[in-house]
Amino acid sequence: MEKVKCDCGHVNPYGTYLCESCGKPQMEDNQTLVDMRYEGVARRSQTYRKTFIDKIWNFFSSVKVGIWIIVLLLIASAIGTIFPQEMYLPPGERAAIYYEQEYGILGKLYFQLGLHNMYSSWWYLLLIASLGVSLVICSLDRVVPLHRALKTQRVKRHTSFLNRQRLFSKSDDVIETAEEDIQKAEKALREKKYKIYKEDGNLLAEKYRFSRWGPYVNHVGLIIFLVGCMLRFFPAMYIDENIWIREGEEVVIRGTDGEYFLRNDQFIVEYYDEEDERFRDSFERTGGQPVVETYQTSATLLKKVDTGTVGVGTELEEVKQYDIRVNDPLTFEGFSLYQVDYKLNELAEFTFTIESNLDDYNGDLSNISFEVDLYNPEMVYELDGGYRVEIFQYFPNFYINNRGEPDTRNRIPDNPRFIFEVFSPEVDHEEERGELSLVGVQINEPLVDEGEVNDYSIRMIDVDMNHVTALTVRRDRTLPILFVGGTIFMIGLIQGSYWHHRRIWLQNRKGVIWVAGHANKNWHGLKKDIEFIIEGTSIPMPEDQTDESNMIEEIEGVKGNDDATTK
Amino acid sequence: MMQQLSSNFLLVAFFLYLASTILFAVSITGRRFKNKEGEEKNKSGLLGYIASILAVIASLLYFIFRWIAAGHAPVSNMFEYTTFLGICMAVAFVIIYPIYKNNYLGIFTMPIVMLIIAYASMFPGELQPLIPALQSNWLTIHVITVALGQGILAIGFAGGLLYLIRVVDFTKTSKKVKGVEFILFCIFCTVAYIMLGMGFGAADYEAQFNYVNENGVEAVMGYPMPPLIGPNEGERISEGFEPFLSTPAIIRSNDLNTVIWSILGGLVLYWGLRLIIRKPIGGLIQPLLKSVNPQSVDELSYRAIAIGFPVFTLGGLIFAMIWAQIAWTRFWGWDPKEVWALITFLFYAAYLHLRLSRGWHGEKSAWLCVIGFALIMFNLIFVNLVIAGLHSYAF
Ligand code: HEM
Repeated sequence: MEKVKCDCGHVNPYGTYLCESCGKPQMEDNQTLVDMRYEGVARRSQTYRKTFIDKIWNFFSSVKVGIWIIVLLLIASAIGTIFPQEMYLPPGERAAIYYEQEYGILGKLYFQLGLHNMYSSWWYLLLIASLGVSLVICSLDRVVPLHRALKTQRVKRHTSFLNRQRLFSKSDDVIETAEEDIQKAEKALREKKYKIYKEDGNLLAEKYRFSRWGPYVNHVGLIIFLVGCMLRFFPAMYIDENIWIREGEEVVIRGTDGEYFLRNDQFIVEYYDEEDERFRDSFERTGGQPVVETYQTSATLLKKVDTGTVGVGTELEEVKQYDIRVNDPLTFEGFSLYQVDYKLNELAEFTFTIESNLDDYNGDLSNISFEVDLYNPEMVYELDGGYRVEIFQYFPNFYINNRGEPDTRNRIPDNPRFIFEVFSPEVDHEEERGELSLVGVQINEPLVDEGEVNDYSIRMIDVDMNHVTALTVRRDRTLPILFVGGTIFMIGLIQGSYWHHRRIWLQNRKGVIWVAGHANKNWHGLKKDIEFIIEGTSIPMPEDQTDESNMIEEIEGVKGNDDATTK
Repeated sequence: MMQQLSSNFLLVAFFLYLASTILFAVSITGRRFKNKEGEEKNKSGLLGYIASILAVIASLLYFIFRWIAAGHAPVSNMFEYTTFLGICMAVAFVIIYPIYKNNYLGIFTMPIVMLIIAYASMFPGELQPLIPALQSNWLTIHVITVALGQGILAIGFAGGLLYLIRVVDFTKTSKKVKGVEFILFCIFCTVAYIMLGMGFGAADYEAQFNYVNENGVEAVMGYPMPPLIGPNEGERISEGFEPFLSTPAIIRSNDLNTVIWSILGGLVLYWGLRLIIRKPIGGLIQPLLKSVNPQSVDELSYRAIAIGFPVFTLGGLIFAMIWAQIAWTRFWGWDPKEVWALITFLFYAAYLHLRLSRGWHGEKSAWLCVIGFALIMFNLIFVNLVIAGLHSYAF
């Protein structure tokens, strides 16, 4: 493509609308004001439109397309909140049934369209991906030429650049004091912290140019953020595990490769004092139900230490103690342990004794007892007087499975049952069988043939309970990236929103003063600046050339051209 | 004691907002009478601004004393948050007014602030203990920043509404007229809701029903306003007439009943006024706004949004994510409240990009400001009370 040479001698890239140097419009258009968007520079998307790549480039660099992507994301996101997403269904509910049952035909449709898992659907992710692509392309398309244009702009601008600015005026006649007036204005401009550039009697005052980079900085931040989100598709980037720990117990922290352990020293739930004057009205209205103030696991973090000798068991070293609460996780080496759930009074230990069913029994069994740990029971109990009890089978969470056999749902002792085998002193446990019985809470059945009884039965005499805490283990390696992205985004946002690029051109054309002003937004602020600097001079106040024409445009419904549609 | 003090300050603030509204109104209508010496400026705009500053100070005293009384920042239930949102809008006004010195903005902003605070007072206002999930400094920072951001964005709405009433042609019926009238009607409904709520509340009205709830269990439901519609298989316990209709179990019929009352009340107020003035309400207001420069109002509301957007983003997304990471173990969970904050963010992002192209200045832009505020209100009311998620405040 050819370059275009302006009358001022500057060679502009093909597609330039305003000469990068003097600002003279390079293409004729019928608008009264020059279009100052992106300084009228040539952008790739407006210049090349031949190849397939050009087409893709042009598509994604259009703000119109960008806005469409944002709007589609917005609508899709809203649809996802009509009914709860699958992850928020009550535990145990099946999506295939739940939606129809709760919300009828609409619910069924919602489920069938896959909207119950919308935020991870391929098309939602595709929308986010196109947002990312669009951000990259639209920013590249503009930032480089914009940067060059702002750097190479000359102080002396073409008259047709000046008189077609939104804020413009020139003095009607030759002003005698033109020189002094401009000097006065210059002083005032310096007071207002403008940077002044001068070139044979012409003056350009500029400030806050850096704010022009705000949008690009914030787009970069967004891109980094999106990349961070994408990294979450790699499972190695984050760990999300749950651990349940009983009081006094020590468990390995999942996800740490057996490096770290945690001991639950104590778990407590604290309630608000019902006598608390401050909240009396509230307690009264809610019917006096206790309100939880704190869930807390007092925990000790332990680390495996190498004892040096190979093969010798490992030792654990205490690293730190911490009270883990909701909103106050324990963190170490990138891991965080969160208080998420708990169970009070879980069965922990049963104490049993043996009783004889024989009428003629005259021994004393009264001080025989044994304790069975429900999480980790020992299998054999050698008792006083030569008695022996073996655990034949243990069902921590007993139920009858669909084959009609006793079974356990899991390892949590919610409904513990034992099949004990009892050997009296007369029985040789290696040669013979003992007596079997099934024992649980309020359950004690001898497992014998019809009509027979066991000589001995096992009776529960004590129960010990325990609090259990549930912690979530997290490590998320994408967090630093997200944090950096978010921070850059905020910096760019602030940079572009709280400062505005302002320029004022002053020219002394043989005693006639020309003034023009441009701000990328906040014209109000620019006008006030100009009012300030021309005070006490005979420089005319620029007029806002859009004041009337804008209204006409509104009424006639003339559509401004989006930059995507400019020919 | 502290709590009493705090409530008193809120009451004082409310009357100061009223005073400010009146002063701003005088500043635009009274100009003609007062212009005796030809030059003398009407001071009531300045007085209105001073009243709004005093009102903000009183509001902040309410906030501080309530904070001391409760031991936590008073932004943790509907009453507290909504009140604070109103205060934030007033704070935003106090910051933005000096830039543009537009008294019309005052007449539009102050009544909206009053309405928001009055609406807040419909919720239970006693101090409530904080559940563990809400005990976090990050939550406090998050909520305060969000409210401030929304308060500033709400100024964009006030500007947008001012713009629309100024430029829309009310002599012909058109979609635009209907749109503006609809906004005003919604405001009337809110007024009706507050008046009915206060009226029935003062009369200690309550109707009670036995009904079968969504889990198929028998329960009791109380109605704060006379039941036009009843609950699922409802049986009235208290004295009074039977409702005309009953609703399915998944609908909270007492809330829906209140909504119906509010709409009816809004209709009565709206049509009552229209029958008296015999033209659209917007057409009644328009002549007062003759001297408003549409372009400067357009720029003003755009500025408000450009200022509010970063604050909202910081509070509603960034601080929210930090808090969520600490409290819920993940920074983002697609909870409805989070999603709606994202939607608000996307909406204003789209608005800012639309402003880059010329055809979207002026009227279209003003409509967008109105829609943005509707989203914020939707987020506050509908998402909190209806699509209950993790964040929905306890009652
Ligand atoms: C959710 C995603 C996005 C956010 C939050 C965002 C944010 C912003 C913000 C705050 C501005 C400054 C606007 C102003 O100062 O008035 C801006 C400008 C801009 N954005 Fe975006 N943007 C997003 C997506 C996009 C996309 C997808 C495109 C691509 C077409 C795009 C293209 C632009 C352009 C061309 C500008 C003007 C740059 C300039 O003035 O030099 N944005 N963006």
